[in-house]
Amino acid sequence: MFHDKAGYFFELFIGGLTKGSIYALIALGYTMVYGIIELINFAHGEIYMIGAFTALITAAALTAFGVTHPLVLVSVSGITAVVYASAYGYTLEKVAYKPLRNAPRLSPLISAIGMSIFLQNFVLLAQTSNYIPFPNLIPPLPFLEPVSHIMGTVDFIILCTTAVIMILLTFLIRKTRIGTAMRATAQDKTMARLLGIDVDRIISFTFITGSALAAVGGVMVGSKMGQINFYIGFIAGIKAFTAAVLGGIGSIPGAVLGGLILGWTESFGTGYLTSDYEDVFAFSLLVLILIFKPSGLLGRNTTPKV
Amino acid sequence: MIDTLLKSLRTALWFMFLTFPILAVRIDSLKNAVTVRWPAVIILGAVIFLISVLWHTAGLVKRSWFFRFDGFKQFIQRLPDQDALSPFMIRTTLGAAAVFMISLPFFASSYQTNVMINALLYVMLGLGLNIVVGLAGLLDLGYVAFYAVGAYLYALLNLHLGIGFWIALPMGAALAAFFGILLGIPVLRLKGDYLAIVTLGFGEIIRLILENWDRVFKGPSGISHISRPSLFGIGIMESSVHHAIIYMYYIVVVLVLSTFFFVSRLKHSRIGRALLALKEDEIACQAMGIDKMKTKLTAFALGATWAGMAGVIFAAKTTFINPASFTFMESAIILSIVVIGGMGSIPGVVLGAFFLVLLPEYFRELGDYRMLVFGGAMILVMVFKPRGLLENTKPTVTYVSQQTGPDTP
Amino acid sequence: MNPILNVRQLTMDFGGIRALARLDLTVNHGEIAALIGPNGAGKTTFFNCVTGLYVPTSGDVFIHATPEKSVRINGMKPHRVTRAGLSRTFQNIRLFKEMTALENVMIGRHCRTHAGIFGAFFRNRATRDEEQRIIHDSYRLLEIVGLEDQVNFRALNLPYGDQRKLEIARALAAEPRLLLLDEPAAGMNSQETRDLTSLILKIRDEFNIAILLIEHDMKLVMTLSERIFVMDYGRKIAEGTPEDIRTNPDVIRAYLGEDSHA
Ligand SMILES: Nc1ncnc2c1ncn2[C@@H]1O[C@H](COP(=O)(O)OP(=O)(O)OP(=O)(O)O)[C@@H](O)[C@H]1O
Ligand SMILES: [Mg+2]
Repeated sequence: MFHDKAGYFFELFIGGLTKGSIYALIALGYTMVYGIIELINFAHGEIYMIGAFTALITAAALTAFGVTHPLVLVSVSGITAVVYASAYGYTLEKVAYKPLRNAPRLSPLISAIGMSIFLQNFVLLAQTSNYIPFPNLIPPLPFLEPVSHIMGTVDFIILCTTAVIMILLTFLIRKTRIGTAMRATAQDKTMARLLGIDVDRIISFTFITGSALAAVGGVMVGSKMGQINFYIGFIAGIKAFTAAVLGGIGSIPGAVLGGLILGWTESFGTGYLTSDYEDVFAFSLLVLILIFKPSGLLGRNTTPKV
Repeated sequence: MIDTLLKSLRTALWFMFLTFPILAVRIDSLKNAVTVRWPAVIILGAVIFLISVLWHTAGLVKRSWFFRFDGFKQFIQRLPDQDALSPFMIRTTLGAAAVFMISLPFFASSYQTNVMINALLYVMLGLGLNIVVGLAGLLDLGYVAFYAVGAYLYALLNLHLGIGFWIALPMGAALAAFFGILLGIPVLRLKGDYLAIVTLGFGEIIRLILENWDRVFKGPSGISHISRPSLFGIGIMESSVHHAIIYMYYIVVVLVLSTFFFVSRLKHSRIGRALLALKEDEIACQAMGIDKMKTKLTAFALGATWAGMAGVIFAAKTTFINPASFTFMESAIILSIVVIGGMGSIPGVVLGAFFLVLLPEYFRELGDYRMLVFGGAMILVMVFKPRGLLENTKPTVTYVSQQTGPDTP
Repeated sequence: MNPILNVRQLTMDFGGIRALARLDLTVNHGEIAALIGPNGAGKTTFFNCVTGLYVPTSGDVFIHATPEKSVRINGMKPHRVTRAGLSRTFQNIRLFKEMTALENVMIGRHCRTHAGIFGAFFRNRATRDEEQRIIHDSYRLLEIVGLEDQVNFRALNLPYGDQRKLEIARALAAEPRLLLLDEPAAGMNSQETRDLTSLILKIRDEFNIAILLIEHDMKLVMTLSERIFVMDYGRKIAEGTPEDIRTNPDVIRAYLGEDSHA
């Protein structure tokens, strides 16, 4: 056994790491969309919430039909969540942002806020305003037994999944054709279009990818917290955006770094200082970063051309 | 035709697919049972199919929207325009509006008067935020923080020192302005969306402090028994709540009118022009000798001033405040008032406020669907009128040859 | 000759690119000078450094209010540079597009006028008078550049050539001692360019100010300028009268190397 102090430290460390991984997953959606169309997709948190709900509903439906095998439950509900979140992300862009590509800058932001309100209330009305217990989809892994007070099975799964997703995403963006097209579009839309890249398709693809990642985040948060409601997307969304800005918006490693730093800040802040101000830590960090290094930790500092 | 039908069918099926799990599948977590509500999905599909057909065939939906609103917009925009309407018409319209506003409490119930106070309060908040967002183009998502500053200032002063509304009103304005400058100095260097997020962060920090610092702010349960405004030192509240509401109503009317007066004067002034220019091109502004920081700070502080006043009024009106009234949603609603109305346009803000406050209020039959409709309306207005319902098109000055005075409306 | 602008060893780096390399340059009171050079030579960057939009990596920029008194302006905020007597136009026009021509010029008057918030709210006598003066002066400037019929037009509705003229009027409204014009003839046809030539002369004579212009139209440069500076790759490669420049071998090489219309 650890000494108590060290044990506590590790517990907080792992807690922050888990939390941070989830922030990172959601932050990626923000950063990718912002990188390409310079829009804060305010409804992104809602996509994450819808992902969690879809997983919950699928799992419940499967259970009701007598499917109980954990592996089947996890994979089917996880995949359904990802598919649905992607479909929502795709539709969201087509409905609320695409018509506003050339509108004044504030308009798509307002439409995004409208979309966020709309989706929240859609779920609220169609389902319930109460917290719904999220089924425990993941059976405990026996080999984690000795360290279970520091790292539970869910934490372990979250960390592994996030790591795998990050590697896949990096591969997608660095090595594939569509990834190259995404990077080109992010740098210069007009130029990309001239080079024959279908910019609209790239934008859709970005929304789909980001939404899929958010859905994974949603499923994992549901499993960790054990309950969800229609409002979980809002705070998570703002924090994930904080993570994205912290790391330097538009930068994918930045989003991951930002997520982890945010997770640790909250975890250690609440663990060692006070638990009342959990969200204040996140926002204070955001404010400080923006004031002292507006381009974020990994963002590039450039002189805007006149 | 077949094409249209197919297209509509596809859209309908897509949305049925999208909404299926959340709309149709109901889980009873206690009994571990699942019910599927097919009718909901089918109705939704049918509605979407219909809209889509109408949209594609006659452009019916599109046209009705556009025509109605353009006509309406032109009408409103001409109101202050001497050429389009005779002075007689203007005077009658304004006169009728004035009579309506003044007599409202006599024929309306307390409840309706209260709703009107609420709407006017949002007009005031909207006009204040309009200085920041509409004129200067600074996206502030934490405006509600200044509103909270005013409200809590009055609540605390009243609670501990028994200070009345009329003294708290200017104090609330001043303190909010001070906060505006304090916050503005570090954050106004940021551009665009970053500013939006930092202000959002600050707004949330303030709310969380109000919620968690129990000893000072009384936590989530808030502060109650705040005094209503007194008339020449006489507490009206004691006589009757109805009278107190009527009195409050007139106070708000007067304050809103003076806000109008000041904001429209600001817009047509040297500072107002600088704000508008700053919204269009910061670099050109600086090159023309405008002190960017100072001008932005001015806008920020002025916006905060009005939010602070509105906060004091809010506390006095409801006699009870708690942090739940100062959430991000509140900032979002005020911002929507400005943007939906038409950024920078003063009649636009009024229209926006009434649209966003009265609509949900009088459509209570919609019940729980209010917020859904509200969110949907925000999207629709932006998609069809990205510059808001009443676009701000009038220049601040029009040159008339041989001119003796600037033709400022 | 008394100098109005004095630049010493001005250097500007962007990451790895050295856009200006130890540039020395002096503009004298009341003269029309030109800054020429191939695309990407660093001319616009020079303007941006001098007007405070970029902070130069090293070097000094002085403005001479009087022959004895000079102000070091590098590192100063752009609005203070403008107040000190420099104002400019932009290569890619930066008008306030939604505002009218008159309003655009009125913004130019901002730094020479004073009305504040109090004046805005209460419209006291002084404020009203000042506002009248701003309108009057701005209208005068629009007359000078020949836009008096378009006073109430929105900037974005003006033809390209008129937009350039409007930018000049706006810059003049700030009462500069030195006016910096970045490619004022770009996008103009030959008639418009001829009008512009006489406009620039008229401005110099009427306001008695110095003008430094960047231009690719050699005919305009040769007709107008009393002195020409040539830049290439961030360095000044020549300086002299139009006659000197025309025959300078370095200049010919710089241009023929990159650009054929020299
Ligand atoms: N903000 C900036 N960031 C990075 N590089 C810059 C920036 N501004 C200018 N440059 C670089 O500095 C060099 C000089 O550019 P500049 O615009 O000054 O050229 P110019 O002489 O005005 O050319 P032109 O005749 O085409 O206008 C170019 O290589 C340009 O890419
Ligand atoms: Mg240039």
